[in-house]
Amino acid sequence: MKTTDNLNMSTEDLIREENLVYKKTECMTDAVLSFCPGCGHGVIHRLTMEVVEEMGIQSDTIGIASVGCSVLAYDFMNVDMTGAAHGRAPAVATGIKRCWPDKFVFTYQGDGDLAAIGTAETIHACNRGENITIIFVNNGIYGMTGGQMAPTTLEGMKSSTTPYGRDISLMGNPIKITELVSQLPGTYYVTRQAVHTPSAVRKAKKAIRTAFESQKLKKGLSLIEFVSNCNSGWKMTPVEANKWMEEHMFPFYPLGDIKVEGKLIK
Amino acid sequence: MGELRLMKGNEAIAEAAIRAGADAYFGYPITPQSEIMEYLASQETHKRTGMVLLQAESEIAAINMVYGAASTGKKAITSSSSPGISLKMEGLSYMAGSELPCVVVNVVRGGPGLGTIQPSQADYFQATKGGGHGDYHLIVLAPSSVQEMSDFVKLGFELAFKYRNPVMILSDGVIGQMMEKVELFDPIPRVTEFDQSWVATGKTPDRERNIVTSLDLDPHKMEQHNRDIMAKYERMKKEDVRYEEVDCDDIDYLFVAYGSSARICQKAIKLAREEGIRVGLIRPITLFPFPTKEIAHLGDRVKGILSVELNTGQMVEDVRLAINGKVQVEHYGRVGGVIHSPIELLEALKKTFITK
Repeated sequence: MKTTDNLNMSTEDLIREENLVYKKTECMTDAVLSFCPGCGHGVIHRLTMEVVEEMGIQSDTIGIASVGCSVLAYDFMNVDMTGAAHGRAPAVATGIKRCWPDKFVFTYQGDGDLAAIGTAETIHACNRGENITIIFVNNGIYGMTGGQMAPTTLEGMKSSTTPYGRDISLMGNPIKITELVSQLPGTYYVTRQAVHTPSAVRKAKKAIRTAFESQKLKKGLSLIEFVSNCNSGWKMTPVEANKWMEEHMFPFYPLGDIKVEGKLIK
Repeated sequence: MGELRLMKGNEAIAEAAIRAGADAYFGYPITPQSEIMEYLASQETHKRTGMVLLQAESEIAAINMVYGAASTGKKAITSSSSPGISLKMEGLSYMAGSELPCVVVNVVRGGPGLGTIQPSQADYFQATKGGGHGDYHLIVLAPSSVQEMSDFVKLGFELAFKYRNPVMILSDGVIGQMMEKVELFDPIPRVTEFDQSWVATGKTPDRERNIVTSLDLDPHKMEQHNRDIMAKYERMKKEDVRYEEVDCDDIDYLFVAYGSSARICQKAIKLAREEGIRVGLIRPITLFPFPTKEIAHLGDRVKGILSVELNTGQMVEDVRLAINGKVQVEHYGRVGGVIHSPIELLEALKKTFITK
């Protein structure tokens, strides 16, 4: 009988139901993720779908994919989804949620989609207090189109359209849209998370659960920003990208809850 | 007989939306169609039928709210006027690509740009040739009375769901603002059962997940998707061309006109016949699919065709394609919010074909 080196268990033992310690949620499809190795998107997809499975709401969940790296989210998330035009996901979500107030409706958007072209839709959906969840992945760059400057690109940060670094005197400032929408009375839960370490992943999943649970209360919109990496766009290895993110992104985009149960955290 | 009321065209649209069992209206104010949303608000649609009414932050948001509602199988409607319709064109392209049904009302005003708030038919090209990016068509209905403003909302939803394609009601400031008697159709209950083969209402264990999207990165699949959409347009051309002929039994000349221009042509026909000029009218009711064959048949019997439009010559191109050089086809139109008079049309007909 073949045994593993460090577990003293046979392969047959390992695959027994009682020894199962983890399995892929059935709310994720078997499709191979199209994201670059090391990218945070895959983890955020999985956490979102794990929450959907754990809450038992797959049959009542409608997702909205946006334009950007997450454009194919519906290939991986095993829930009903619709693909929105660039930036319009919060409006599409509004149309769905208004017609189906008891369904769970979420958008999955990147920083270019949510904080540049879709700023109006984001702010007004937040301000109306639509009872939806916005999953906002901020990696400070336009990943899909090849690494151009995003609204969230840091000062001095290099991108393909700021090859010498973002000069704020020419290109303006990075926008903290999460803090901005937290000021609006329509937002109920606003938090900033990351998925670069196991502890961050655990916190992030709790935040997603809180956001989805909040939809039941019908007290307003919940938005989770994920500060994430883009090793391809940043031209770093995954390890370097996570280190760079901790050293540069987190100081400007600090992690933690910003608004809980409709109240700003001071 | 249905309930009779004296109503503005815009009000008739709104009342018809409620009666047609619409689930949602999303819109943004713009002259000359703001009465549509105002009327719906006055009716407290959420109490009357449960219909959602929401004033969006822009026409762009409004059409994307329609996209959302439509992707769950709901009957959604929006309305605007020319500059606002331009903003909706991105969303309409996505809806055509994602094969989503909806009704969009364009109460056309003069352009280009901010243009004027006065009536116009300058959006014919935009409405009938696609309007947004990509290879697609809207089904376009052109009402010429307040009665048709009401009727075409019901018809529009029927066609939108028959083909899973957006329908545009191409009206104008005249039809939107004028008051006429209208016989309202009996209310239709809102739909509560949805076609689970495509709607995104939540994946149940008995079916695969439904995805509503216009995207496919595989060019061969996208080519097939385009061909499938084109096949729907061919079916529309076979099954759903609508038009009206007026005084066409004994004609030497023919007006082709839709909407408010068609009404003015009818008066011009009376004036012409008093002078012994035998002219008739064909009024395309569906601008897409266009009554190409019907115009071609009438073309065999006349010496000249005048396409009368409130623009600088747009539908005339489709009339010429239908006639294919068999007979002279000319355009007459006023623009910028100016409306032609019946006498003016009679003079134009004479000058173009008779006394030239």
